Amino acid sequence: MSLFRYTRAGREPDAPRPPHSPLLWIALIALIAGAVVLAFAWLAGWLGRDRTTAQTFTDTIEATGANHPGFRRAHSKGVCVSGTFQGSPDGAALSSARVFRQQQVPVLGRLSIGGGDPHGADASARVRSMALQLVTDDGQEWRTAMNSFPFFAVPTTEAFLEQTRAGIPDPATGKPDPAKMAAIAAKYPSARAFGEWAKTAPWSTSWANTDYNGVNSFRFIATDGSEHAVRWSLRPQGAFEAMSGEQRAQAGLDYLADEFAQRLAQGPVRWDMWVTLAGDGDDINDPSIAWPGDRRRVKAGTLSLTAMQPQAGGACNNVNFDPLILPSGIAGTDDPILAARSAVYSESFNRREREVASGKATDAAAGEKAR
Amino acid sequence: MSRDIGHFNLTARVLHWLMAVLILTMLFVGVTMVASLHWRPMLVDLHRPLGIAILLLAVVRLVNRLRHRPPPLPADLPAWQVFAAHASHWVLYGLMLAMPLVGWAMLSAGGYPIQMWKGVLLPPILPHDVAVYAALRGAHSVLAYVLFATVVLHLSAALFHLWVRRDGVFQAMARGRKDH
Repeated sequence: MSLFRYTRAGREPDAPRPPHSPLLWIALIALIAGAVVLAFAWLAGWLGRDRTTAQTFTDTIEATGANHPGFRRAHSKGVCVSGTFQGSPDGAALSSARVFRQQQVPVLGRLSIGGGDPHGADASARVRSMALQLVTDDGQEWRTAMNSFPFFAVPTTEAFLEQTRAGIPDPATGKPDPAKMAAIAAKYPSARAFGEWAKTAPWSTSWANTDYNGVNSFRFIATDGSEHAVRWSLRPQGAFEAMSGEQRAQAGLDYLADEFAQRLAQGPVRWDMWVTLAGDGDDINDPSIAWPGDRRRVKAGTLSLTAMQPQAGGACNNVNFDPLILPSGIAGTDDPILAARSAVYSESFNRREREVASGKATDAAAGEKAR
Repeated sequence: MSRDIGHFNLTARVLHWLMAVLILTMLFVGVTMVASLHWRPMLVDLHRPLGIAILLLAVVRLVNRLRHRPPPLPADLPAWQVFAAHASHWVLYGLMLAMPLVGWAMLSAGGYPIQMWKGVLLPPILPHDVAVYAALRGAHSVLAYVLFATVVLHLSAALFHLWVRRDGVFQAMARGRKDH
């Protein structure tokens, strides 16, 4: 029956259609479709030159130095490391994450130096970094990217962009314009404090005796649902040794990697993970302000690194250490730098993976084909 | 009054309008999260489970479509519009199934955990591989633009049927039969 009806309806119109002007209706349809397309294009960042996106931010970072296809856009030089993490009951009391309960969680990591030059001199980099990927037996992951500086130089994404822009070399001198750098310092107290840290903090002799700070705030969620705003740091078990300017000037290009390999030959290199709990009134969302030193600290676990590989062909090379890849029991905060890092890391990862895949990254991908 | 050419069954109509909202949301979420320096974490957490939901709904929809013939197009529809209607529906069905699968495969090849919500992960469907990731990541964007363009054309064509041709094609999806 219904089949008959459909066929009949398709063949002959019921009644003559009322007259109407199609042009106005067509204009309305074009208006609706146009509005949808415009909204899409604006959100994609294709319209509006002044809008900062993950793409324009990554472009700005790329403009601060020479192009090195296939390498990370920041902290480009480093090595892959691996080992284990042993969580503590104190950590487990604060967070329900499996990582604090499982015995010997396998860890893949990366030790690196700041800056975008994958061939830079290890000992001349003021900033050193450690990135970790902890995978528990339930498949959940915790990725973190930490730095040797104790607080971030700027409080917001806009300031981060301004600071990055100020670091673009002046074509005339090949170096960043000192006046622009000074303007950033004048505008942001934290940038001045960062400069002070860079000038006065003693340099250590190794990746192994350096502190690494998560800097951004996160939330630890306990089994009972209680939450704490936290920041974490890895503090070396090995004793601090200062490295003088003279020693740094004489050190080889790959000083840190060579030195770390020697240490590993003697046995595992260890750090303790210290989790600091925010106190009343501490600014959770501003990574440029360090929390006071008297805040409650908990030793949440110990990291033992046992092996090292070059990054070319190494297991860490194709990992995006997005600081917002977190297991249940750990969550992000509204810290704007945290979201911006996640966005820019993803864009940087996509660009370098594309370069490696298309054969544009000959030195970065060395060993990739062999794998 | 528009003509009555018959109607899609209730399942088809519910799935159509639900997925229209989900897919359009998904396209805007996707394009926003890739560009935004602020909204990415929140949107990416929405994007993955929404994508899998669309995949599951698309499978149900495909089965329903194969089991229930849709109403015919009006006999007086020009041949090129008939072709456009058929081609765009192939593209829409193909992409509503392919986009979530490409996304899932892409995250697998990128070495990312595929989190639905906290503590619930999907298994990877491909090994971690740079070249495969790069290809799929590119494909996910290109296919998203193709899907978006097709959705906009589909919407425009639907409104054209509703307001200009007034031939019952829009009503076939908008409501059921009035006479029982």
